[in-house]
Amino acid sequence: MASEPLAPHGPSHGHAAHHPELAHQFDSMDQQKESSTLAMWVFLVTEIMFFGVLFLAYTLYRTQYPEAFLLASNSLNVLMGGINTAVLIGSSLTMVLAIWAAQVNWRKGIVIFLLATMALGTTFLVIKGFEYRDKFVEHHVPGPTFHFEVEHPSPHLQAIAARDPQLEKHASIYFSLYFIMTGIHALHMIIGLGILAVLAVLSWKGKYDSEYHNPLEMTGLYWHFVDIIWIFLFPLLYLLGAHAR
Amino acid sequence: MNTTATVPVTTTAETAFKRPNYLNAAYGVRSWLLTRDHKRIAILYLISVTAFFALGSLFALLIRLELLTPEGDLFQPDTYNRLFTMHGVVMVFFFLIPAIPAVLGNFLVPLMIGAKDLALPKLNLASWYVYNIGGIFTLWAIVHGGVDTGWTFYTPFSTHYSNTYVISTALGIFITGFSSIFTALNFIVTIHRMRAPGLTWFRLPLFIWSTYATSLIIVLGTPVIAITILLVAAERVFHLGIFDPTLGGDPVLFQHLFWFYSHPAVYIMILPAMGVESELIAAFARKKVVGYKVVAFASVAIAVLGFLVWGHHMFVAGESIYAATIFSVLSMLVAIPSAVKVFNWTATLYRGSISYQTPMLYALGFIGLFTLGGLTGVMVATLGFDVHVHDTYFIVAHFHYIMVGGTIMGYLGGLHYWWPKISGKLYPVFLSKIAALLVFVGFNLTFFPQFILGYLGMPRRYWSYPPEFQVLNVLSTAGASILGLGYILPLCYFIWSMRYGQDSGDNPWGAVGLEWDTTSPPPTENFYTMPVVTHGPYEYNREEVHNRMSQEGTIG
Amino acid sequence: MAEHVTSRKVYFLVFGALMVLTLATWLVAQVDLGWANDVVALGIAVTKATLVLLFFMHVRHSTRMTALTAVAGFFWLAILFGLTIADYASRGSILPFVAGK
Repeated sequence: MASEPLAPHGPSHGHAAHHPELAHQFDSMDQQKESSTLAMWVFLVTEIMFFGVLFLAYTLYRTQYPEAFLLASNSLNVLMGGINTAVLIGSSLTMVLAIWAAQVNWRKGIVIFLLATMALGTTFLVIKGFEYRDKFVEHHVPGPTFHFEVEHPSPHLQAIAARDPQLEKHASIYFSLYFIMTGIHALHMIIGLGILAVLAVLSWKGKYDSEYHNPLEMTGLYWHFVDIIWIFLFPLLYLLGAHAR
Repeated sequence: MNTTATVPVTTTAETAFKRPNYLNAAYGVRSWLLTRDHKRIAILYLISVTAFFALGSLFALLIRLELLTPEGDLFQPDTYNRLFTMHGVVMVFFFLIPAIPAVLGNFLVPLMIGAKDLALPKLNLASWYVYNIGGIFTLWAIVHGGVDTGWTFYTPFSTHYSNTYVISTALGIFITGFSSIFTALNFIVTIHRMRAPGLTWFRLPLFIWSTYATSLIIVLGTPVIAITILLVAAERVFHLGIFDPTLGGDPVLFQHLFWFYSHPAVYIMILPAMGVESELIAAFARKKVVGYKVVAFASVAIAVLGFLVWGHHMFVAGESIYAATIFSVLSMLVAIPSAVKVFNWTATLYRGSISYQTPMLYALGFIGLFTLGGLTGVMVATLGFDVHVHDTYFIVAHFHYIMVGGTIMGYLGGLHYWWPKISGKLYPVFLSKIAALLVFVGFNLTFFPQFILGYLGMPRRYWSYPPEFQVLNVLSTAGASILGLGYILPLCYFIWSMRYGQDSGDNPWGAVGLEWDTTSPPPTENFYTMPVVTHGPYEYNREEVHNRMSQEGTIG
Repeated sequence: MAEHVTSRKVYFLVFGALMVLTLATWLVAQVDLGWANDVVALGIAVTKATLVLLFFMHVRHSTRMTALTAVAGFFWLAILFGLTIADYASRGSILPFVAGK
């Protein structure tokens, strides 16, 4: 701005020292923090609408093909899904503790909790990887190699399967939704892990403290949102047919 | 008013360009491609959207050339399918949706609210790059033959049967959608958090209200089409069955998801133009907009109601008759706030001090053409009528009246109004009025015959037609040529004016607004002294304004 | 501005509640309650999501604007769900279509 005759400042300026992290378009750290918080929330609204469509498709097809969805859901590994749910909730705890550490100026704590969040997130993805491999091996991936039938069905399950003559086709819709929903969720987690890695490095360098830790808050909001998506995915995808196993 | 500026405010144009402004703040390609300045980003967008507009117009020209004769004799039918598809895709996603928000909105929002920049300048620059990356995907698809599904990508044709580059085009749109979301997000945060002291919500210019409402629509609707596009791509690549009836899927589900965004999208296209309209009417009738609060609330009402009507695109697609009835009634409702705005603009004109500058010519054209388009919208919202005219040229004419007669007139009017603010230059006045006239005449000659054609039964997206429709088609093509000329003129004289145009002075229109309280072109940080606002917008009756008008207002 | 610092105890309590609710949702799913299975499952999921929103995402201590934004997102999703389901639910169900009539 060397070419300006006057350095433009808001009316409140002149005496207050600039925090080094205060961007030029803002008048105060408060305004900057409120702006970045609002920005992340608006972004989360776009994510609600984004994932929401998948939940709508799920709702419609589940209502239309309840038998196929129930039986297909039974082929998922509930233990893995349940562990992943606990892992993800734990990672939300460590994320929020990372922010607490910033609030109390404990630099090392921020790094520890961010790394813990990353470790738990990675655990989630590894378990997910095993689940996907299982689905691949069982030929439950939609497409030319898709094949679905219930293994050793009890009379109860046989009766359910008999209600839908096109069970296999409709099961493929379940698995399409399964892969798309968990796949996009996993993609969001991978992006989150990348951001966490960057934040961990910056935290180690001492960038965040009680006065400024907006990026941690914003990433936290994103991470918790990804957790909330899974909170809904788990019962809808894994527990549908639990009572009929 | 503002605290007194200590900049040498002068209306003598010679010194204008000696002052530091955002254009001469730095030179060189890097200073433009890595800029964080919302004004420079607006100009980057101006270049990009103009390029895509030219491409979309080229497709339109080819369509109209084919339709000069009843037989399909210029192109193969497959090629014709690609032409109207790419015309729609390019015009909708790469011109109509971004144009006013990303060009005029980016430039004006911080100025109109007394801020130094948008809340997230880096995100703003990123949005321009993302827009172009999406554009490159789509251009790649076009070069390799394009898509033939119609811009609406209906399944299962797009997912299973089309042999064209559906995925790359769809990905291009998906990526550009993020550009849209980033811009809207930026506007929402900026308008909420960065208004100047004293600038309460009901002191904001109506352009800001419209931009805000548009941003709400973008944020809530665009993600839906994003995921829908991904589902289409996934279905195409992995042979899924979500939209495929042979596997138990429902093609109408695609239509629900597609139109959930694409109907509000048309309000993304028209709301900013309505915002421009309010500014133009106020400035060139020298009068406060009648019923300011009503117009402001109408913008938000349009945004909200616009989300409740999408099923009116599916009346004959297989949705239930009961849902269709609900959507029809809701579509009538959404017409009300739009009509209210037209009444308010008209009331503003009444007993205003009207001058027929070029921007006003566009503004007056807008009122008439938008009203016609809107009334025909109510007609097609009527279930019984739509059954007959769906997929005919009646529909084509209806939406072109809104999008060209509305949005593009608003866009051109806004460009002409704010060009001095953006460039510090004046364009040749007489030539600009000729261009406006050409646009108006050309537009009506192109699209009014299409109402008749559609009503008489000519289907849309057909490359041949019965010979009795030829006269009307020839008229339409003639009109399109005139319209094209009307577009080329501003392109030429705006560029010409940057080098050879007369310097405009800070406020050639003698208009009122925070953006006019700074120099033309503005300095990089927008204001020499950040404004403090003490009254509402369009204060054309205040004495100091009268005094200022007598000093400025260099355009006769 | 003094930022509200939530105590770690609250965070751990919420974590505990979320784990308990996860276990609960699994347990309830083992029993066939007909349509009530869905209601309970969704109810528990909504409760868990609300806990995360209020405490982990600090909505409890944030501005009204933030809360409004979050609510607006879910409300809009409800519009998408509502009107689309209105179509599917009413296809042939109120007056069944009989060919030839």
